[in-house]
Amino acid sequence: MTDGPQIFRDHAVDRAFRPGFVLGRAGIYALLILWAVVCLFPIYWTVTTSFKAAPDVMQGNMIPWVDFEPKRLGWRALGLSPDTIGQVSTVRDEFLKRFWNSVIVSVSASVLATALGAMAAYGLSRFDYRFGPMRNGDIGFFFLSQLILPPVVLALPFLVLYKSLNLLDSRIGLILLYTLTVLPIVIWIMRDQFGAIPTELEEAAMVDGLGIWGAFLTIVLPIAAPGMVAAFILSLVLTWNEYFFAALLTSTHANTLPVMVASQTGSQGISWWSMAALSFAAILPLILIGIVLERYIIKGMAAGAVK
Amino acid sequence: MALHIVTEDRITPARLLAGRAMVWGGLALLLGVAALQWLDQAGRIDAGFRDWRPTLYAFAAFATLLCWSQVVRRGEMGKRALFVLPAAIFVGAMVVFPLIFGIGIALSDWNLASPTGRQFNGLDNLRQAWNDPFYLNALLNMVWYIAAIAVEYVIAFGLALLLNAQIRGRKFFRVAFLLPLMLSPVAVSWMVGKSMFEPRFGPMARLARSLGWDTPSFFGSPEIARAMIMVMDAWTYIPFMMIMLLAGLQAVPRELSEAARVDGATPWRRFWEVTFPLMLPVSITAILIRIIFKLKLADIVINITAGGPGGATDTVTSFIFREYRDRSNVGYGTMLAFIYLVLIVVAMTGAMKLTDRWTRPHG
Repeated sequence: MTDGPQIFRDHAVDRAFRPGFVLGRAGIYALLILWAVVCLFPIYWTVTTSFKAAPDVMQGNMIPWVDFEPKRLGWRALGLSPDTIGQVSTVRDEFLKRFWNSVIVSVSASVLATALGAMAAYGLSRFDYRFGPMRNGDIGFFFLSQLILPPVVLALPFLVLYKSLNLLDSRIGLILLYTLTVLPIVIWIMRDQFGAIPTELEEAAMVDGLGIWGAFLTIVLPIAAPGMVAAFILSLVLTWNEYFFAALLTSTHANTLPVMVASQTGSQGISWWSMAALSFAAILPLILIGIVLERYIIKGMAAGAVK
Repeated sequence: MALHIVTEDRITPARLLAGRAMVWGGLALLLGVAALQWLDQAGRIDAGFRDWRPTLYAFAAFATLLCWSQVVRRGEMGKRALFVLPAAIFVGAMVVFPLIFGIGIALSDWNLASPTGRQFNGLDNLRQAWNDPFYLNALLNMVWYIAAIAVEYVIAFGLALLLNAQIRGRKFFRVAFLLPLMLSPVAVSWMVGKSMFEPRFGPMARLARSLGWDTPSFFGSPEIARAMIMVMDAWTYIPFMMIMLLAGLQAVPRELSEAARVDGATPWRRFWEVTFPLMLPVSITAILIRIIFKLKLADIVINITAGGPGGATDTVTSFIFREYRDRSNVGYGTMLAFIYLVLIVVAMTGAMKLTDRWTRPHG
């Protein structure tokens, strides 16, 4: 029994089932490492490919400095290589423009959705509303049911509407649409958060003379901040990676990074090194967020899983 | 959990009137601008509108006045309504209106590239969809893709159990397992689908050759191509199910399993008779949400196979995407999307009713 003495060193996390009895410790680690390789190898492949040249790609070399000498071809093509960073590069300008579009669109949509969603979730967790025949439960269902709506149903009507509103190929148009797609997820997460905060806090604050909005902004929001960060990060991930709407509704000005990545087919085949550099630059922000803010992402996804 | 506060608001009749005037004034402004634009569009008058933006601004003004009037008319109660109202108006404007508008599009023959413009054609699109083998094929593919969730669930459950075991480096493994979810499906399609699975020099082709598959072709035959799309989509979304299941596992009270152990149950039986039944509600939630995400599957299909070979990997979304991209066929595409929506709503309602019955205690 390897886990005998460890019971005392174990902290509060409950572990109801121990596969250790079935598999043995070596088996557990073997499986864990196997899956870690499955998860990480594509990222490794992307990074190394961005330092290869054509022959290295053709020979399928895998390990830098052993199989092949790293070259900066891919990064030079993207205009991001340190040795040519001073030179003018149209690709880099293009990349930065798309990157900036992605940042603006995903951050604005996430901020907007978090604000609207947190307000709605707070209202639904605290007050009894009546809107025609709809009670709180129905209003909550109205918001959450948007999750079932596949984006493709809205895509073509929005295309026509945006065309007549002159919002095609604009960041505002994408921001509004992205806000809509992540709003139900934010409400889902935040309803849980506010439900866990005792109402006595606001009651005390309001006895002290704060209005309901004052109590919400100064007392409740700071307590619910971790949940809001979780909702924000999850929205950011979803909107940063969104491709379908961006491909349909943008053409030249408001393209986001995924659209740029998808349109990299050259006439002489694909130059994998620059493709890899571009892909890596597109996924790097989220890899960093994933490593640094993993706690919040997990919190967001686990919300609602456990009642 | 409701918050009950007694508030005293003296709403004077003048204030009530002002509130009403704001709502009706805003509505009048919206309808007025819309009517003006409609007349302009129809060519009756020439007001010189370039696009429908003025109507949009009028709507924004109306929405603002509506929210504001709540406070004017109802005082403290109105301030409470302000929490939900903005989100409700936003969703209403962004979903309900386009859906109604979409029904109109779905019932017309409308090709954005053709000069004839929009022609009302009733249910012709529906009839055409019924006889469109490629659309029916895409619907069938969705059934296959959703069936694949069963395998994803088993893997995700296994990983959650592993992460829940007493291991070192838990944080490292959790981050590593989470990363696929963070990656852009487009970048994944290119670097994994097209580069790693390149049939000549990709590392997976080399692996396949060393395992005895002489001419590896991952997207050549319909069955293998569909399986590949399933695998790549599973790779992206398994972390999502895994995290939900892990959260569920950590909420299972330890005493139950301990008690079963004291009673002499084997680990295998402890799992099936204690842990798994307790995990059922979480599992159902995770699977339902996963199905919802799966129904949107399109990015990797569009980027890797474009639906091929012969429509074997097509999803409904990617099929409609190409219907628009290749033929600018807005009317037909919208009808296809609406059929899809109706099927989903019917299926999901049925599924939720069923799971409700399963998870509720008998009696």
